Amino acid sequence: MLRILYERFQQGYRTSPFPKQEPTLPDRFRGLPRLHPERCAAGCRECAQGCPFGAIREQHGALALDLGRCLFCADCHACPHGALEFSTDYRLAVRRREELTITADRGPVLAAPLDAPLKELFGRSFKLRQVSAGGCNACEADVNVLGTLVFDLGRFGIQFVASPRHADGILVTGPVTENMREALLATYAAVPEPKVVIATGACAINGGPFSNAPEVHNGVGALLPVDLFIPGCPPHPYTILDGLLRLLGRREVAD
Amino acid sequence: MTPEIALTNGGRLPLAAIPVLPFPEFASGVIDLIRHSATPIAYFADQPAPEAPPELFAVLTAATPGTFTVLRSRLAPGFTSLTTRAPQLHLFEREIAEQYGIAASDHPWLKPVRFHSVWHGTTDAWGRDPGRHPQPGVMDFFRVEGAEIHEVGVGPVHAGIIEPGHFRFQCFGEKVLHLEISLGYQHRGIERLLLGGPWPQTPSQIETMAGDTTVGHMTAYSLVLEGLTGTVAPPRAQALRAVALELERLANHVGDIGALAGDVGFLPTASYCGRLRGDYLNMTAAICGSRFGRGLVRPGGVLFDLEPARQARLLQTLADIVPNTRGALSLFFEAPSVLGRLEGVGKVLTDDALGLGLVGVAARACGLDCDTRRAFPVAPYTTENVPAITEASGDVFARARVRQREIEHALAFVRQALENLPAGPIATPLTALPADTLALGLVEGWRGRLAHIALTDAQGRFRRYKVIDPSFFNWSGLAMALRDEQISDFPLCNKSFNLSYCGFDL
Ligand code: SF4
Repeated sequence: MLRILYERFQQGYRTSPFPKQEPTLPDRFRGLPRLHPERCAAGCRECAQGCPFGAIREQHGALALDLGRCLFCADCHACPHGALEFSTDYRLAVRRREELTITADRGPVLAAPLDAPLKELFGRSFKLRQVSAGGCNACEADVNVLGTLVFDLGRFGIQFVASPRHADGILVTGPVTENMREALLATYAAVPEPKVVIATGACAINGGPFSNAPEVHNGVGALLPVDLFIPGCPPHPYTILDGLLRLLGRREVAD
Repeated sequence: MTPEIALTNGGRLPLAAIPVLPFPEFASGVIDLIRHSATPIAYFADQPAPEAPPELFAVLTAATPGTFTVLRSRLAPGFTSLTTRAPQLHLFEREIAEQYGIAASDHPWLKPVRFHSVWHGTTDAWGRDPGRHPQPGVMDFFRVEGAEIHEVGVGPVHAGIIEPGHFRFQCFGEKVLHLEISLGYQHRGIERLLLGGPWPQTPSQIETMAGDTTVGHMTAYSLVLEGLTGTVAPPRAQALRAVALELERLANHVGDIGALAGDVGFLPTASYCGRLRGDYLNMTAAICGSRFGRGLVRPGGVLFDLEPARQARLLQTLADIVPNTRGALSLFFEAPSVLGRLEGVGKVLTDDALGLGLVGVAARACGLDCDTRRAFPVAPYTTENVPAITEASGDVFARARVRQREIEHALAFVRQALENLPAGPIATPLTALPADTLALGLVEGWRGRLAHIALTDAQGRFRRYKVIDPSFFNWSGLAMALRDEQISDFPLCNKSFNLSYCGFDL
C-alpha cells in the first residue's frame, strides 16, 4: 500500500489544463496549412497536380485547399515554391464538409455548437459509440488517448460506451471499407434518435490515403449524414477534443 | 537438394537467377527446409502479366545464418497443399486461393482470409458469385457438437475503441474448447493498390497499413527500395530510424502493460502507463511532428534531422520519464494479486508456437529466440547490441514480462543512440528501380517480424508487393491460447497479444 502511495506521489499530477490554457504542440507539428498565393509564379498550377490526394485546386481563380483530403504530409510535394506551409494550429474541426475548404484569406469555419434542443440534451452528458471502419488504428489510438488522465475526457461529460443503444451518436474512423459498411449502418441504426455522426480523420472524411480505392467508400459521408468533421491523419488528440467541445458549445467560437 | 539461392535482409536478386522448379520439387524443397528448422517468411503467388501463368514464390530462412532462400514454381489448379506438413503455411495457401482463385488441394481448412473478390480471372475458390463483393464473415466455422455445447459470437463491432473482427467461441460452460477468428473487415486492398507502383500515394499507404507500426512498416519498405536500387541509408539516418523504431516499441509496450493492468483491475499502472505511452509518442512527434512517426522514414534515409538542442531535449525528456516508467512497471510486476491473474493463463506451447510460425513477443514468450534485429541485423542493430529476450512459460505473464524486459532494453538503446548519433547526411538519393528484380526487407516491429517483398517487372514497377505483418501469423496463436481457458479470460489473453486487425487485413 505504501509503495502504491509513494509511486502515486512520484508520478505527479498530469491532467492538462486544457481548455482553460492552450496546449503546447511540438514545433514540427503539422497543423492548419497556410497558403501564400503571393509566392505563386504567374500561371503556375503545379500544386493541383502535385498532391497525390487532390487536396489542392483552384477555386474561383484562387488557391483552395481541402482539409478533408489533406494528410498533412511531411514531404508535401504539392508546391515547390513554398506557397503552402503548415502552422501548428491544431483547431480544425468543422460542421459541414464544404467548410473544410480553405483559401489564403479564409480558414476553416470552426465548428458551431449543435442546435438548441440537441445542445440541451447532449451538452453536459454526451455518450459516443466508436466505429472503426477500415482505420489504421492511429485515429482509434488518438481517440482512445482522450480517456487517459492527461485529457480526462470524463470531466467534460463525454464518454465512449460499449453499446450503441446507450450512445448519443457514433464517432467513425476509417474510409468505410466495403466489409464494414453493413456493420457501420447497423451500429448507426441501433443508436436511438436524436443522434449525431462524427467523422474523425482523413479516412472517415474522404477516404484518406485510400481514397478512390475499390474496397473503400471514401468516408462515412457517402453513407450517413455527418455532423462534425475532424481532419488530420490522424488528428491530434487536441484537435479531436477541441472539435468535440465545440460541438457541445463548450469552447468560445473565437478561441 | 534444391540449389541454394541466397538473399540477405535488404538485399536483392535478379528474378532470372531464381529457377522455376516443377511443383513437386518446389514442394519438397520447401518442406525439407522447414523440417531442417527453416522459418517460412512468405509464400505467395504472383501473376507477371494478365495472360502469363501465375507463379509461386516461397521465401525461407537459409542454413547460412543471416540469409534467405527463395524458391519459385508455377501455380496451377490443383497444386498440393503443404499445410498438413507445414501448418505455418495454412494462411498463405488460403490467401493464394482468395487472391488468385486457385485452391490448394487437400487444404484442411481452406477458408477466405479477408473476404474480397479474386484479383485475376473470374474463378472464385469457394464458388461465390465473382460479380458480387463477398460478405465478410460468411464461411464455414469449425463447430463443436454436443448437447451442452454452446457458441458465442462476438463482433465485428466490439465494446470499446478497437478495430473490428469476428470471434466465434465453442464453449462448454465457461470453458472455451475452440476459438475461430474471422477477419477482413479492415481490408482496404493495399497489396492490390501497390501493383504497378510505387505510386505517389504509396508512402502514405505503407505508413497506414498498421498505423501503430508506421515506423516499422515504412522502414521495411525503405529497405526494399534501397535493396532494389543498391542504396544504403547514411549511418545517421539508420540511427534515427532505430531511435524511432524503439520509441514505437516503447510507446506500444508501455501502453500494452497499461492495458493489461486495466484488464486485471490494477488501476495505478493502468493510469500511469496510459500517460507514459503518450510521452513516448510525443517524443516521436518532437522528432518529426507526428506522434506516429508519419513522414519520418523514407527510402534513402529520413526526412528530419536532430539539431543539438533537439537531441538534448529528447535526452532530457527520456531521463525524466524513465523513473516513472520503471516505477509504473515494477508496481505492476511486484503485486501478487496481479501475478496471480497473469500466470498460467492463455498458455501457448512452444511446439504450437513453432508449428504456427508465431513471431515477435508472442514467440519469444514461448522461449523462441527469434528477433529480426539479432538474426538479420541491419545497422545500427547487431547480434550483440540486441539481447535474446525470452520467457519460457508461454502465458499472459510471459508476454507481459517479455515486454517489460524489452522496454528496459529499448530505454537504454534509445539513450545510447541519441548520445552517439553519427554525424553526416540523413539521406542518400535513390536511383530508378531496376527491372525484373526481387528484394526483401525485414524489420522487428514492436509486435514482431514485418516482412516486405517486392518483385519488379520489365519497367521496374512493382509486379507484386507482398506484406506480412506479424499479426498474420499471431492471430492463430491467440486462438490457441484460448483453448481450455475460461471465456471470461478472453479480454486478458487478447490484450496480451494485442494484434493488429488492419495489419492482417491490409
Ligand atoms: S485518417 Fe490516417 S490515421 Fe486515421 S485511420 Fe485513416 S490512415 Fe489512419
